[in-house]
Amino acid sequence: MSTRRRRATGSLHDASRALARIDAAARGAPALLSRLLGGAEAAIDESLERLLGESFERRLSRVPLALGPAGVDPFGFDPHWTKYVVLSVATLHRKYFRTEVHGIENLPNGRVLLIANHSGQVPIDGLLIAAAMFMDAEPPRFVRAMVEKWAVSLPFVSLFFTRVGQVVGVPENATRLLTQGEPLLVFPEGARGIAKTFDNRYKLTDFGLGFMRLAIETDTPIVPVAVVGGEEQYISVANVDALAKLLRMPAFPVIPQLLIPGGQLPLPTKYRMYFGEPMRFTGDPDDDDAVIEEKVWLVRQTIQSMLNRGLRERKHIFW
Amino acid sequence: MNDESNGRTSSSRMRAAAPVATGNGAVLVTGICGRLGKRLARVLHRSRPVVGIDRRSFPDKPKDIVHAQVDIRRKKLKDVFRAGDIEAVVHLGVMHDPRASAAEHHSWNVAGFTKLLEYVAQFRVPKLVVLSSANVYGPHASNPQFLTEDAPLLGGQNFSDIRDLIEVDILAQSFFWKLPETETVILRPVHILGTVHNAPSNFLRLNPVLTVMGFDPMAQVVHQADVVGAIELALRPGIRGIFNVAGPEPVPLSRIIKILKRQRVSIPYSLARVVLGRMWSLRLSTFPVPELDHIRFVCMVDDKRARQVLGFTPARSLEETVLAVDEGRW
Repeated sequence: MSTRRRRATGSLHDASRALARIDAAARGAPALLSRLLGGAEAAIDESLERLLGESFERRLSRVPLALGPAGVDPFGFDPHWTKYVVLSVATLHRKYFRTEVHGIENLPNGRVLLIANHSGQVPIDGLLIAAAMFMDAEPPRFVRAMVEKWAVSLPFVSLFFTRVGQVVGVPENATRLLTQGEPLLVFPEGARGIAKTFDNRYKLTDFGLGFMRLAIETDTPIVPVAVVGGEEQYISVANVDALAKLLRMPAFPVIPQLLIPGGQLPLPTKYRMYFGEPMRFTGDPDDDDAVIEEKVWLVRQTIQSMLNRGLRERKHIFW
Repeated sequence: MNDESNGRTSSSRMRAAAPVATGNGAVLVTGICGRLGKRLARVLHRSRPVVGIDRRSFPDKPKDIVHAQVDIRRKKLKDVFRAGDIEAVVHLGVMHDPRASAAEHHSWNVAGFTKLLEYVAQFRVPKLVVLSSANVYGPHASNPQFLTEDAPLLGGQNFSDIRDLIEVDILAQSFFWKLPETETVILRPVHILGTVHNAPSNFLRLNPVLTVMGFDPMAQVVHQADVVGAIELALRPGIRGIFNVAGPEPVPLSRIIKILKRQRVSIPYSLARVVLGRMWSLRLSTFPVPELDHIRFVCMVDDKRARQVLGFTPARSLEETVLAVDEGRW
């Protein structure tokens, strides 16, 4: 009887000691976690510094921003949120695609509309233009772009887009961003442009007219941007329109490389980016489509000839 | 009867000598016994006579305020107009009680307001100020970040209970052309915070504050005293039109909750909708489900017109405005 009791109390002691150990470990866990996180943070800062050539905060301090007292701009853009995005995009920009940037010194200060060709099935070109604007332009700039309305109704996605400076794609927002003095990136080809098949590479599709009306209305210079290298990252051989319609997608490209293991990643082509001279347009923003089209045609031709020149100069797709 | 026929003849006659707002005649305030109404009365009665209308009682009323405890849908309302030389009408008496029946809501807000407008026209009141709300635009994912006064009033799209509030706004707008000699002002303030018992103030008094997971919209708030200030400005002679009224600079909702030092509980939208729906039907919550959109999407206004034309600038800082929801609680 007594031995049994002793054994019972012994196991009770064991149990309580084990609990105490778990308790101590649990109490130590947040400290350990914060140390680990702190270590990760330091590693992020270090690799960012290596990629940017200076600390993120130093570069950030030179970006002209319209921040309110709460540290966010009226659209909810919080530059400190972009740190981790900048790290991953900077790695793509410098290491993976090894982007060559030409003519970024053409960029005027203050508001500007960046009009670029769209390519590559996945909008990596947008990310890389943003990276070039932050990493290669002086003073560094944060590019703003517009996102689809439905994206804003999704949890987390809407929060993320808002905090990194993307705004809902309505004309009022574009006008306000430009009057706030921000650089705004627009792909006037839209989904038609990004889903080009390989045989149509670097052939610009029709441009929308909205950007020209916006530029005239807000008296904003247009900087044409040609991106070479995007069309070869995912090689699309055809677009299945019926399937796209069925799945309610803008396009359904057939990309054979996706079937090869590792082919899901974009091919590491070398990107080349050309920033043209600023173009200014005047007139009536509410003019007939025919009048606006002429001005749009000028921009489109400029980008096309910049693309052609870039392609001629390119010796190899991958380096 | 006699009065009515008089009214009709006067409205059909060319109004050669329509009275002009001088800025110091008597002001009629509907809904004077609400928290905002009382505040406005205390400010206004120092400089001009104030007549209040409310079916509730006004126990601690300043002596010089005349209070008529009448329902605005009753004929007695006309006696108030007849008795005093009313120079301005401030309509605060909009009912927004989500628990009230739709019929009561509609008859109070729309029928009552139509009556009031009728008397404003008949007695040729030179000034009408209507306190509408920025909620008439409604929170939507596709909203531009800043809505101007001419944005469509889509508040009822997903929340049909507030359709009559939009109707009040539109009825007041019709006065711009129906009765151009009356200076009509419509104020559309953003979320009013303070001791008032409206949805945004009640929401911020929750502890913990509920938010929807993955959403943190930018929000604008305005202090109740600043709204009183805006109404005072709107009463000045010569001011007419629609004005969005916003307080300090917009901030994310999470920042507002942080200022209050409240706990915050984020739950997924699908769960929040079901739980809130159950709580609403069991009368455990005062928030109808569609109001969740206010903590998901933006509904912010461009207040440039109020700043330039009305001369309005909010006097309260963001901290003061937000912390005001806890004032007067015990």
